[in-house]
Amino acid sequence: MKREVPLFLTAVIGVFMILSFFVPHQWVSVPADFLQASAVILVAFGYVLGGANALRVNFDAIYKRSPGWPYKIVLVVSLITTVVVGAIEGRTFLNEHMRSKWIYDWIYSPMSSTMFSLLAFFIASAAFRAFRIRTVEAGLLAVAALIVMLGRVPLGDLLSDWLFQAKWLPGAPHTLHLSSLQEWIMDVPQNTAKRAILIGAALGVMATGLRVILGIERAYLSGED
Amino acid sequence: MAWHETLEKLDRRWLFLIMGLLVAGPLVRPAGLPLKVSPPVQSFNDAIDKLPNGSTVLMSCDYDPSARPEMVPMNRTAFRQLLSKDCRVVVTVLWNAGPGLVEETLNDVAKEFPGKTYGVDWVNLGYKAGDDAVMVLMGQGIKNAFPRDYRGNDTARLPIMQNVRDYSSFPMLVNISAGFPGTKEWVQQVQSRFHLPMVAGVTAVSAPEYYPYLQSGQLRGLLGGMAGAAEYEKARGEKGTATKGMDAQSLAHVFVALCIVLGNVVQWVKRREAA
Repeated sequence: MKREVPLFLTAVIGVFMILSFFVPHQWVSVPADFLQASAVILVAFGYVLGGANALRVNFDAIYKRSPGWPYKIVLVVSLITTVVVGAIEGRTFLNEHMRSKWIYDWIYSPMSSTMFSLLAFFIASAAFRAFRIRTVEAGLLAVAALIVMLGRVPLGDLLSDWLFQAKWLPGAPHTLHLSSLQEWIMDVPQNTAKRAILIGAALGVMATGLRVILGIERAYLSGED
Repeated sequence: MAWHETLEKLDRRWLFLIMGLLVAGPLVRPAGLPLKVSPPVQSFNDAIDKLPNGSTVLMSCDYDPSARPEMVPMNRTAFRQLLSKDCRVVVTVLWNAGPGLVEETLNDVAKEFPGKTYGVDWVNLGYKAGDDAVMVLMGQGIKNAFPRDYRGNDTARLPIMQNVRDYSSFPMLVNISAGFPGTKEWVQQVQSRFHLPMVAGVTAVSAPEYYPYLQSGQLRGLLGGMAGAAEYEKARGEKGTATKGMDAQSLAHVFVALCIVLGNVVQWVKRREAA
């Protein structure tokens, strides 16, 4: 029963939700709307569970002195402080000089931006050390990457102007710009590949959905296949 | 030691230093490189321009501070364009860390329009957990999905919400998105289902993903990253933070391109010597 009931519920609700796309009658649409609203509530509970789980996992790691445990203390303290301050300040957290707003503006926001900004440095390092052209395919990828990278910025057009309108290159196509080449790459080869991936992924999602509804795919129940 | 060996053993901190200087330099002293407005950006601008003045537009700002340099400039310009057309703007946020930044951005722009009032000309409905499920829920009724706005007001009592029922109340959705949930989900759950015309501003790294939607007409316009935001500012005759950042981004792109070329030249020379 422990396994059959969830499988039965999944199958019935799955079929019902698919049906709601095609049957506009209120006998179908009203329960479907209710189920969708329930999904939103369930997700909200997920945040509570996520927070509790983060605490459990990190407390455990601190207790066992796992590698990097001092960082986990920082995480736990930050988590608890933010939740407690937010709960105390309630709806007034938006007002100026409130602690919640201060935490968001002066701790979370700059730290979050910093993490993303670090990408620029690592991309430069990876481009120098890891982007190796060993095959024809890798060569094509590199050429496309260079054109798109340079064509996306104003300096790319200045570069192509200089390159193709220079006196030392007579007869060069004056209309050839990196930005135009970049647009063509994005519109044609890139778009073709992306569309194929999208169609493949959509078919995969439909197949997985069908497998879940039919009870073939059970990994979501307890990790079993 | 040969030059290629020196380069191969180069401490990566040198690369970090050069990148830092290349980004910081133009931010301190911008060169003002000329920008060209690309077709997807022009379409974005035109799609909003073609809206009847005074329309009520849905704007979903799905990002958080990590994407601030790319998202905020486009959000600011789009919101400014809508307010200058006397459109009323209903804003939602589907990223939990986003509402504070979005509220700050909207407030900054709203200050430029002294005649515009919160709750009458624009409203920030704030964050709602549930990702795509919230999008579908909004199809049943916006006030139903967001009973209170970000400031805690009863949504049903706000003047701007009096004529808002569901997606059919909006002539367009303007989505500014940094990832999931965002543009892809809005297209799949709302545009294709409720046939709501849509334009999107996305991060540069995710922009290629949305070109199929742009070509199929499901997106009427697309802004890709800071470059898209800068082009949009140019199309609007503005000089915002994206325009100022483009010189830095230009040099960073050229440097990364040089790194790719140089890294491969070094490997090529090394292989030739070994052979």
